[in-house]
Amino acid sequence: MTNYLDFEKPLAEIEGKAEELRAMARSNDEMDISKEAAALDQKAADMLVDLYKDLTPWRKCQVARHPQRPHCQDYIDALFTEYTPLAGDRAFGDDHAVMGGLARFDGKPVLVIGHEKGNDTKSRIERNFGMARPEGYRKAIRLMDMADKFGLPVITLVDTPGAYPGKGAEERGQSEAIARSTEKCLQIKVPLISLIIGEGGSGGAVAFATANRLAMLEHSVYSVISPEGCASILWKDAEKMREAAEALRLTAKDLAELGICDRVIPEPLGGAHRHRADTIELVKGAIEKMLAELSGKSGDDLVKDRRQKFLTIGSRGLAA
Amino acid sequence: MNWISNYVRPTINSIFSRREVPENLWHKCDECGTMLFHRELSDNLNVCTQCNHHMGITPRDRFKALFDGGIFVEVDVPEPVADPLHFKDQKRYADRMKAATKATGEKEAMLVVEGEMGRTPIVAACQDFSFMAGSMGMYVGNAIIAAAERAVELKRPLILFSAAGGARMQEGILSLMQMPRTTVALQMLKEEGLPYIVVLTHPTTGGVTASYAMLGDVHIAEPNALICFAGPRVIEQTIREKLPEGFQRAEYLLEHGMLDRVTSRTQMKEELISITRMLMRQEAPVKGDLPAPDAPVEQTKET
Ligand SMILES: [Zn+2]
Repeated sequence: MTNYLDFEKPLAEIEGKAEELRAMARSNDEMDISKEAAALDQKAADMLVDLYKDLTPWRKCQVARHPQRPHCQDYIDALFTEYTPLAGDRAFGDDHAVMGGLARFDGKPVLVIGHEKGNDTKSRIERNFGMARPEGYRKAIRLMDMADKFGLPVITLVDTPGAYPGKGAEERGQSEAIARSTEKCLQIKVPLISLIIGEGGSGGAVAFATANRLAMLEHSVYSVISPEGCASILWKDAEKMREAAEALRLTAKDLAELGICDRVIPEPLGGAHRHRADTIELVKGAIEKMLAELSGKSGDDLVKDRRQKFLTIGSRGLAA
Repeated sequence: MNWISNYVRPTINSIFSRREVPENLWHKCDECGTMLFHRELSDNLNVCTQCNHHMGITPRDRFKALFDGGIFVEVDVPEPVADPLHFKDQKRYADRMKAATKATGEKEAMLVVEGEMGRTPIVAACQDFSFMAGSMGMYVGNAIIAAAERAVELKRPLILFSAAGGARMQEGILSLMQMPRTTVALQMLKEEGLPYIVVLTHPTTGGVTASYAMLGDVHIAEPNALICFAGPRVIEQTIREKLPEGFQRAEYLLEHGMLDRVTSRTQMKEELISITRMLMRQEAPVKGDLPAPDAPVEQTKET
């Protein structure tokens, strides 16, 4: 069953009508609905093209958060072999919002780290909706150190609404944990590539996405603050999230123009949630290309490359 | 010839100083309600003489008190692209910037300087909360990079006073990118073995806390400063319970292991001199009044 987003409502109606028609025909042999159904299908197909050809930034946020969009676990299951989760920060606990461990990509050992949001009520709660606590960043730091020690490339899959605004997370120093994770990203002498597969929410995303190469799925977003949060602060009205999403310039296209995103991975028509397997395959291609770009670079060059990338960011703005 | 009359910068500073002519000669402490005479208050670095409440202080006033003879020289910060996203909420970002410049007399939310503190040469950076809540955008990032580069060039420690509502939303993702950018700057210091001391002042929040404010060799906070990533209001909305008294305040963070020290502003200079000199393996500081330092060379030439 497709989970329709609010802007997809007209599409839901047409697809619903076509479905109804077919159900009626199934229970009545006399009825010939093929023409009407085909017309409705065509109409739905046209509408999908229309809806997705120029998604507004807010609609992209909605698509990026779609519950059926492939998540970190889906990519790990499909693209990696021998995935061996490694748990814990060795100080306080294990954060289930952050997956991470050893795995093979194209047969070669790598370290993969990512946010997992969960896909039903139970797993969403267990995963804290993909919002890491300090233990998550500290686990990532530990794993990045391991990758650095053993010369394994690091692949991070970013999909988080942001850090968790909770009491314990603050008490256990999430600011410091995020800062140290970002610092670790900049220090390791192995290739670090990052992919924003859904939401790149603020500091929680930066802590993993400070990479040599950053790819974003076409409808993913990466932002300093959620549109709702920005709207409630600057517009004093959380309902102004459409305007805020527009102003924040959080789309993959904008980030590519700003030199922050190195590669935009096009999504199949209708978004990743309609074509999960195809999307995962496209992500695979992007990972291969980014790893190839970095292969052969020395550890020092990789560190230099990362530093230079971030020092240069901001030297040009967006066209008016 | 008196050394201070030779030196032009403090005079220039005083022309632009925001607190030189207070609208009101008396200031009421927001904490204890005591009426404080403005000169008494500024002599005490905007700390209430009755209850020790730390009020805001501009970077220039802070530096005047920190550096020997009130002398410091500004370090140039490369200008970033203005309004890189052409941001507009209810107001245009460009207009907000104009208003902030007019209100503060400063061009941005961070001031970088070099000078001597108890005859200890340092580079210092101070965030200006009165300039758009001290928010971190491209300029603040450039300022920290410039500060680190200057410290490396002069082989001096860097002392940074943080104060910010967080990232500058009007620069969108570019404000977020200051987290890694400033971290790169701090790595330059680290590689040279130069101390980086953070003084966290009220309030230090959001992306600022989650980057350069939490990466110091030593973390010192001013009393009762709010220091957090997510603000108390956001947390209360999320967990739907009241937070304990003093949550996310300096003393609370000290107890939770995030800070080395909580130090009153009036004691800060002495403490910074002592720590810096030990980390730099320099002689113990001279106690009491120090002789006036030499005025910087390029300034004396002008007279
Ligand atoms: Zn008072």
